[in-house]
Amino acid sequence: MRSELATSEVPRVPFYRDPRIRALFYQLLVVLFVVGGTAILIHNTLLNLARLGVASGFGFLARPSGFDIGQHLIDYSAQSTFGRAFLVGFINTIIVAILGIVLATIIGFLMGIARLSHNWLVSSLATVYIEVVRNIPLLLQLLLYYAIIVHALPQPRESATLFDAILLNTGGLFLPRPLPQPGFWLWVAIVVLALLAIPVVMKLSTRRRELTGHALPTTPIVIGLLLLIPAGYFLTGRPLAFDYPQMGRFRPSGGLVVQPEFVALVVGLAIYTGSFIAEIVRSGILSVSKGQWEAALSLGLSRGRTLRLIVVPQALRVIIPPQTNQYLNLTKNSSLAVAIGYPDFFNIAGTINNQTGQAVEVVAITMGVYLVLSLLTSVFMNWYNARMALVER
Amino acid sequence: MATESLSLAPPVAERPGPIGWTRRNLFATPFDVALTILIALFLLWIVPPLVRWGVVDASFTAPNRDLCPADGACWGIVRDRFHQYLFGLYPVDQYWRIFAGGLLLILGCVPLAVRRFPHKVLYGVAFMVIYPYVASWLFEGGGPIQPVIDTPLWGGLFLTLIISIVGIVASFPIGIALALGRRSTMPVIRALCVAFIELVRGVPLVTVLFMASVMLPLFLPPGWSIDKLMRALVGVSLFSGAYMAEVIRGGLQALPKGQYEAASALGLTYWQSMRLVILPQALRLVIPGIVNSFISLFKDTSLVFIMGLYDLLGISRLIVTSKEWLGHDIESYIFAAFGFWIFCFAMSRYSQRLERRLHTGHRH
Repeated sequence: MRSELATSEVPRVPFYRDPRIRALFYQLLVVLFVVGGTAILIHNTLLNLARLGVASGFGFLARPSGFDIGQHLIDYSAQSTFGRAFLVGFINTIIVAILGIVLATIIGFLMGIARLSHNWLVSSLATVYIEVVRNIPLLLQLLLYYAIIVHALPQPRESATLFDAILLNTGGLFLPRPLPQPGFWLWVAIVVLALLAIPVVMKLSTRRRELTGHALPTTPIVIGLLLLIPAGYFLTGRPLAFDYPQMGRFRPSGGLVVQPEFVALVVGLAIYTGSFIAEIVRSGILSVSKGQWEAALSLGLSRGRTLRLIVVPQALRVIIPPQTNQYLNLTKNSSLAVAIGYPDFFNIAGTINNQTGQAVEVVAITMGVYLVLSLLTSVFMNWYNARMALVER
Repeated sequence: MATESLSLAPPVAERPGPIGWTRRNLFATPFDVALTILIALFLLWIVPPLVRWGVVDASFTAPNRDLCPADGACWGIVRDRFHQYLFGLYPVDQYWRIFAGGLLLILGCVPLAVRRFPHKVLYGVAFMVIYPYVASWLFEGGGPIQPVIDTPLWGGLFLTLIISIVGIVASFPIGIALALGRRSTMPVIRALCVAFIELVRGVPLVTVLFMASVMLPLFLPPGWSIDKLMRALVGVSLFSGAYMAEVIRGGLQALPKGQYEAASALGLTYWQSMRLVILPQALRLVIPGIVNSFISLFKDTSLVFIMGLYDLLGISRLIVTSKEWLGHDIESYIFAAFGFWIFCFAMSRYSQRLERRLHTGHRH
C-alpha cells in the first residue's frame, strides 16, 4: 500500500531531465568537442609540416647544434648536440632564478620594513622605489639596465683593472678562474663540516641554556670553527691555483667571465620582484596586531628584536603564500633574457627552433620545462609553508 | 609615609615646527641618525650626477644625434619622434582614423555610465562585439577608407592600448567560463578547466606568445594565414583568460553558500542563477582584482615586441636603431618607461580607491 502510494505520487521524470544523465551528456559533448578540435588541429599541423618538409620527432636532439653559447657551465661547443644546448640553457635559467630569488628576497624584506620605518627619509625612499619600479614593465627595465651597464663600461682597450687580476670592460667582468689542485676536495670537506657545525653548536647551546640556565660560550667556538677554514687551506697544501684573465689584442682571454647581460638580468629581476615582495612584507607586518608590538615593547625588547623575534615569525605566515607566487613569477620572467641576449633556456629554445624548424617539439619541451620548474618551486614553498604555519596546541 | 608630594615631571618636550619635525622623523634614535646620514650621503652621491646628465648638461631641442651634447641626455628624441611613440609607423596623414576610432570608443561607452540606461548589460555586450569590427575596419582601411594600412605599421601607445584592451575584454568571457568550469561538479569539465588554467599559469607569457607565433600558423588549414597582431591577440587573450579565471574564482568562493542555495530553492536553473544571482555579486567583489590584472596585462603587452611588433616598448627600441638617433637608447627607454608608469600608477591608485570604497580587502 505504502509503496503503491510512493510510486503513484512521484511523477515520472523523463530521462532528459535527470541531472545525472544530463551531466553525462554535457561531458560527452565537451569531450567530443575537444577531441574533434584537437584532431582537426593535429591534422592541419601534420599537413603543414609535410608541406614544409619538417620531419617530426625528437631525433634532432642528438644532432650537433652548430651554434655557440656565450655562457656555459658545462662543456659545450658548436659540435655538441641540441640536447646539450637545452641543458646548458636550463642550467643558465636555474642560476639566474636562484640568484634572483635570493637578491629579490633581501631587497624586498629590507624595503618592506623600510617603508614602515619612522624615519621619514627611509620610508619615503622605499615608497618611491616601490611605486616607480612596480609600475614599469620588467622588459623595459631590463633593456634600460642593460643599456646603462653597456654605456657605463669602458671599451676593451681601456679596460679597468684591479691588481691585474680583475678586468672590467664591455665584454663583462673578468675574474680569476679557480683551478682545483690535489687536496682541494679535502679542504672543501673541512669547510662544509665547519659551516655545518655552527648551527649544531647554536642548537646545543640553546638546549643547555634551557636545561641548566647557562649557555655555551658560542662566540669563541664559532670563531674557532671559522678559523678552521683558512687553517685547513694551508694544512691541505694550498689546493687552489688561479687562471688569471690576460688582456688580448681585442678581448681578454682566460679567467671567469661575468657577462653584462647576466648582471642586467639578475639585477633587473631582483629589483622588479623585490618591489612586489616589499609590498607583501609590508602587508604581512601590518597584519600582526598592534597588541603584539605593545606586549613585546613592554617586555623591554628593542624595536629590532621585536621585529625579529615577535613580528616577523607571525608575519611570515601571511607572507609566504604570495611570496611563493613572486618566486614563480621571477622564474618565469627570467625568460625575458631573450630580449637582452642572455642565453637562458627560452633564448636557446628559440635559436634551436630557428635552426631546426621543429616548432612543435621545441614548444612542447619549453612549456614542459617551465611547468616542471613552477611545480618544483611550489612544492618546495608549500613544504616551507607547512613548516612555518601556525602549530595549534 | 611620604611627607611631601613629588613634583610633577615636565611634559615631554615636543617641539613644534620644522626643528621638532626633523628631530622626530629623522634623528629620533642614534640608529636613525646614522641611517639618515648614510642615506643623505648616498643621495648626494647619486642625485647630482643624474641631474647634471638629465637636466643641466642635457639638450631638449637637438633635432638629431649629431647635435647632441657629449655627456648629457638628449631629450630632442622625444620631441622629434613623439608622434611615433604614440602611433608607431602609422602614416601621419591618416591619424584622423585613430582619433575617430578613439572618439567612437568614448561615445560608445557613454551610455554605460548613464545610470538609468535600459538593458545596459545587453548593450555593453553588443558594443563589445560590434566595436572591434568597426574599429579594425577604420584603422586598417578597406572599401571607402583608403589607403589600406597593414597591422605591421600600427604601433606605439596606440598598439599597446589595442592589445591590452582586447586582452582584458576577451579574457572576461574566457575567465568566467573557466572559473565556472573549475567549480563545476562534472569531473571531465572540471579536469579540462584545471588543466588549461594550470598549464597557462605555469609557463611564462613569452612561451605562450612563442607558441602563438610558431604554432598558430601550423594549426590553420594550408593556405590560410594569420597576421602577427592577430597571433599576439590570441596569445594574450588566452593567457590573461587563465589569470582572470583565478580572480573570478576568488569571487565565486567568497560568496556565502546561502546565495547558491537560495537561487536553486527559487527554482532557477543553473544558468539563470549564475546570470541573475551569483555572477553579479561575485564580479562586484573582485573588481579591484580585475583592475590589478589589467595593470599587469598592460605591462605584459610590452612582450609582444619579442614577436616583432612595435608597441610602446618596441617603437622606443626601433627609434634608436634609426640613423638619426642611434645610441640614445637610455633616453628613449626612460621616456617609454615614463609613459607606462603614468598609466599603471593611475590605475593602481584607482584600484586602491576602489578597494577602500568596496572594502573587499578586509571583508573577512
